[in-house]
Amino acid sequence: MMRSLFRPYVAATALALSPTVALAQGAPTAASVNWHAVVMFLVFIGITLYITYWAAKRTKTATDFYAAGRGISALQNGLAIAGDYMSAASFLGIAALVYFNGFYGLNYSVGWLVGWPIVLFLIAERLRNLGKYTFADVAAYRLKREPIRVMAALSTLVVVIFYLIGQMVGAGQLLHTLLPQIQYWQSIIIVGVLIIIYVTFGGMRATTWVQIIKAALLLGGATLLALLVLAHFSFSPGAMFAEAVRIHPAHDAIMKSMAPIGSTPNPIEAISLGLTLMFGTAGLPHILMRFFTVTDAKAARKSVLYGTCFIGYFYILTFIIGFGAIVFVASDPAYLVDAVKGIALKGGANMPAVYLAQALGGDLFLGFIAAVAFATILAVVSGLTLAGASAISHDLYANVIAHGRASEQTEVRVSKAATIALGIVAILLGLAFERQNVAYIVALTFSIAASSNFPILVMAMFWRGLTTRGALAGGYVGLLGSVLLVVLGPTVWGKVLGMGAAVFPIDFPTIITLPAAVIVAWLVSKADNSVAARNERLAFEDEYIRSQTGLGAEGAAVH
Amino acid sequence: MSDARLERIRRDPRFEQLCQSRSRLAWTLSAIVLIVYLGFILLVAFGGAFLATPLVAGGVTTIGIAVGVGVILIAIALTAIYVWKANTTFDDLTRGLLEETR
Repeated sequence: MMRSLFRPYVAATALALSPTVALAQGAPTAASVNWHAVVMFLVFIGITLYITYWAAKRTKTATDFYAAGRGISALQNGLAIAGDYMSAASFLGIAALVYFNGFYGLNYSVGWLVGWPIVLFLIAERLRNLGKYTFADVAAYRLKREPIRVMAALSTLVVVIFYLIGQMVGAGQLLHTLLPQIQYWQSIIIVGVLIIIYVTFGGMRATTWVQIIKAALLLGGATLLALLVLAHFSFSPGAMFAEAVRIHPAHDAIMKSMAPIGSTPNPIEAISLGLTLMFGTAGLPHILMRFFTVTDAKAARKSVLYGTCFIGYFYILTFIIGFGAIVFVASDPAYLVDAVKGIALKGGANMPAVYLAQALGGDLFLGFIAAVAFATILAVVSGLTLAGASAISHDLYANVIAHGRASEQTEVRVSKAATIALGIVAILLGLAFERQNVAYIVALTFSIAASSNFPILVMAMFWRGLTTRGALAGGYVGLLGSVLLVVLGPTVWGKVLGMGAAVFPIDFPTIITLPAAVIVAWLVSKADNSVAARNERLAFEDEYIRSQTGLGAEGAAVH
Repeated sequence: MSDARLERIRRDPRFEQLCQSRSRLAWTLSAIVLIVYLGFILLVAFGGAFLATPLVAGGVTTIGIAVGVGVILIAIALTAIYVWKANTTFDDLTRGLLEETR
C-alpha cells in the first residue's frame, strides 16, 4: 500500500538524526558528519553563487533578465531545457517511484517525455514567431489585454507555487538526511534564501548557466550510477530485474504494476495521469521561456531536439537507478526504517537514488550525487521563481497596474521584490508538504497546467473564434476546477490536510477539467456577439500570418 | 509593418504552401505521438496482462518495459524528423517569402 509505505516517515525523521555515514558502517555515532557531502555541497553552492555574481554584472536590460540576452547556443539551451526537466522530482522522485512500485514509475518517464514533441510541433514555432514568450503574451495578442493577463498571471502563479512545493520538499529532505544536524525546517529556509539570491541578482542568465552546468553533471552522475548498477549484473538488465524481483517484498508484482503497488489499477486514473503528464508540459511557464534564450528559430528547434534526447536518455537511466536501488538499498537493513515491515527508507520517501550512490560508490559518490541533486533543485526552483516573478512584474504590474507605462527598471525591481515574496511562500509550503513523494506533487502541478494554460494557449493560436470572454471563462474553469479537485483529491485532502477520505476520488482531475475548460471556452466564445468579439475574430488573420512567418518578431520582441 | 505587407504575404502562393506543408507535418507527427502514447496509456489501463508478459519465455523483462522504452525512442525520432525538415525546408520558404514581400 503506497500510503502505508509512506507513513513510517514520521518515525523515520527521528531515526534519520543518526548520520548516513554511520548508518552504512552499521555503527551509529551521534554527531559524525559526512564531510564528503558537506564539501561537495559547499563547492557546488560556491560555483553557482559565482555564476550568479558573474551574470549579475552582465544583466542590465529586461531582455537580459528574462531571456539571458538571447546569447545561448542550441546545445547549451538543450542542456538547460533538459536541466529544467531533470528536476529533483524526476531524478529523486521517479527513482523513488520505481523503487517502491517497479514498472509503474516508467509511466511517469514516458508521459513526461512525450509532452516535448507536442510542444515543439504545435506551439514552440508559433510562439517564437509571434515574438511572445509567455502564455499571457500569446493569449493577450488579439484579446483584451488586462483581464487576460490577470487570468494568465494567476494561473502561472498557481502552477509555479505547486511546482515549487515539490522541489522544496526534495531539497529539504536531501539536506536534512545528509546533514542531520540541520533540521528539515532549517534546510527549507536555506534553500529558500539561496533561490532568492540566485534569481534576484542573476536573472535568466545565471539561472540558465546554473541549469547547463547542473544538467551536464547530473547526466554524468546518473550515467555512472546506472553503469555501476549494470556492471554488477554483467550489463544484463534481465539479471538486474530478476534480482530486484527476488528482493522486493512485492516480488514479481513490480514487473507488472500498472498502479502503485497495493492499490487497484484504475483505468480512469491512468488515462488522466497520461493526459496530465503529456499536456502539462505545454502549459508550464518556465519551459516556454526557454525558446527565447537562443538567437534564432533554427537554434530553438535544435535545442528542443538536444533537450529531448537528454531527457529521454536520463529517464531510462532513472528507471535503471530505481531498480538498482531495490537490489542494493532495499536489501540493506541499514537504510531501512524496519527491514521486517517493508522497504520504507530512513530520511524520507525520495532517497533511493542517493542511498544507491552510497551503496555502490561510497561516501564520495554519495556526496557528489547529493550535491548534484541539490544543485538541481536550486536551479529548477530558480527558473520557476523567475517565471512566477515575471508573471507578477510583467503581466500584473507593468501591463495591468501601470497600464504599460512602467519603465524597464521599475519592472525589473518589481520582479525582484516578487522573487523574494515567492521565496517566502515556497518556504512555508515546503514545511507543510514535508512527507509527500515529490514526483507526485509535481504531477499535480502538471494537472493544473494542463487544464488551464494549455487549452487556452492552443485555442488562442489555432481557433479563430476564441474571444476574450470565452478565454476567460474557459481559463478560470480549468484553473479553479483543477485546483479545487486537486485539493479535494486523495493526496492533498487525505494526506496533507488529514481530512480523511477524499471528496474527489482521483488525484489527477485532468480528464475532467481539461475538456471542461475547452468546452466552456468554446460555448462562451460562440455565444459572444459583442463588437469586441467580432474584432477579435478579425484580428486572428493578422496573428496567424505573423505566427506562421515570424513577421515583425525579428529581433524586436521586447518582452 | 503595414497591412499592405500582410496582404502581400497572404496572397503569396508560398505562404499557403508554407502553412500547409508545416501544419501537415506538425499535425501528422503530433497524431503519431498521440496515438502511440494513448495506445501506451490504454495498454497500461486495460492491457496489464499483456504488458506483464515476459519478453522471452521464462525471463523477467516484460513487454511493458520494452514498450515504454520504445515510446521514448519514438518520441525522440519524431522530434528529430521535425527539426530536420523545419530547419531545411520551412526556413528557406519563410526567408524567401519575407524578403520578396518587403
